[in-house]
Amino acid sequence: MPHDDHDHPHALLPPEPALRVKALETILTRKGLIDPAALDEIIDTYQNKIGPQNGARVVAKAWSDPAFKAALLEDATPVVADLGYYGRQGEHMVVVENTPAQHNMVVCTLCSCYPWPLLGIPPGWYKSDAYRARAVREPRKVLAEFGVTLPEGTSVRVWDSTAEIRYLVLPMRPEGTDGMSEDELASLVTRDSMIGTGFPRVAS
Amino acid sequence: MTRVHDMGGRFGDGPINPEAEDAPVFAEDWHARALAVTLASGFLGQWNIDVSRHARERLSPKDYTRFSYYEKWISGLADLLVENGVLTHEDLRGGGNDEPHPLAEKMLKAEAVSAALAKGGPADRPSNVAVRYSIGKEVVTTRPAANRLVDGGHTRLPIYASGAKGRILRLHGTHVLPDSNAHGLGEAPEPIYAVAFPASELWVSPEHPDDEVVLDLWQSYLEPT
Repeated sequence: MPHDDHDHPHALLPPEPALRVKALETILTRKGLIDPAALDEIIDTYQNKIGPQNGARVVAKAWSDPAFKAALLEDATPVVADLGYYGRQGEHMVVVENTPAQHNMVVCTLCSCYPWPLLGIPPGWYKSDAYRARAVREPRKVLAEFGVTLPEGTSVRVWDSTAEIRYLVLPMRPEGTDGMSEDELASLVTRDSMIGTGFPRVAS
Repeated sequence: MTRVHDMGGRFGDGPINPEAEDAPVFAEDWHARALAVTLASGFLGQWNIDVSRHARERLSPKDYTRFSYYEKWISGLADLLVENGVLTHEDLRGGGNDEPHPLAEKMLKAEAVSAALAKGGPADRPSNVAVRYSIGKEVVTTRPAANRLVDGGHTRLPIYASGAKGRILRLHGTHVLPDSNAHGLGEAPEPIYAVAFPASELWVSPEHPDDEVVLDLWQSYLEPT
C-alpha cells in the first residue's frame, strides 16, 4: 500500500464537505456496500441512546456505593460492562479519581480517543487543535477557559489517550449532597466533569 | 519524525471555545452522516483501526490543517476505499458501474448495528513478549518519535514525550502494536503501560512543580534508564 499517494483519491470527490459525504454515501449505497437505514441507526444510537448520561450513572453509583467504587477504580471494564456500558471505543476502561490533592483531565493529542459507551461522541472542543495542543502543556490555563480554578495544593495529572485504553474521570462528590438518591446525584454530573474540564453541578 | 497530527504541546492555537453541555451531538447533519458512513464502511472488514487512523494522518499537512474534523474522516475514508480496492478512481468521479460488488454480502444491515457497536473491538491479545518493567520503574522513551518498522509509518509516541524520563504507573496487559498493525505487518502484541512524566520533563515552563502527564506507551517505545 502506498504510504504517501500525492494524488489523493479524495480530491476526486466534490470539495464542499456536505456534498463530499453525500457523494460517497451515494456511491457506496449504489454498490450495495452500505445501507442508508444502518447509517440512520448508527446516528440514532449516538444522538439519542449513548451519551454522558451513561457515565453520570457510573459516577453517581460510585459516590453512593463504596464497594462499587473500589471495584471501579481497581478494574473498570467489567464493572461498567455489568451496567451495560461496553462497546466500540470503550473496550478497555480506566477510571481515575479526583481528590483534594490531585485533579485528573483527559485529552487525545494525536486524534480524538474518547470513551464512547460512557460519554458518547466527543464534543467539538475536545477534538479541536487548541485543546489537543494545549491540554498537555498548560492544563491550568485550559481549565481557566472552562471556568475551573484549582487550589494551589492540587496537582494536575493529564492523561493523553495514546492507545486503546479509555479514561473516565471520577469527580469529587459535591458538598451538600448527603442523602441524595443515585438519580439525584446523576443529575449533578456533567460531561465536562467526567473529562476533567469541569466540576459537577452544585446541589440546589 | 511523526506527522502534522502530532500537535501535543504546540504553541499558537489560541483559546478553546467550549460548547455548552447541551449542544447538539452533531453540529451539522453531514457530520453525523460522515461518522456513520465511516463506521459502516469499516464493517466491510478491509482495514483495522490503526490503518484508518493512519489514513487521516497521511492527509497532506495542508489538507489536515484546513479540513474540519469530519472532513478528515470522510477524506481519509475515500482514500482507504480506493487504496484497498473497494472503489476505483472512476467510482469517485461518479462514472463507476453499479454491478454487484464482491463485498456487498458484508454490508452492515440496520438490524445488525446495535449488536455490532456493542461488540466493540478489543485490542488486548495474548503475547509471548515478556513484561520488562514493573510498577514504579524509571524508563526513558525512544528518540526520535518514529515508527521503527516503516519509515514515516504510524506510531503512537508523540514527539513531545520522546526522549523523556518517566515512571511506570500501571501495566495494561498486552495490546496490538499500532506501528505494525497499521501497515499489514501483523498485530505484534506486546506489553503496554501507563507512564507518568513530570511536566518539568516535557516543558520548559511547566505550570506547577507537581503536575504530570500520563501516556499509554508500548514496551518497544521504552528503554531502561
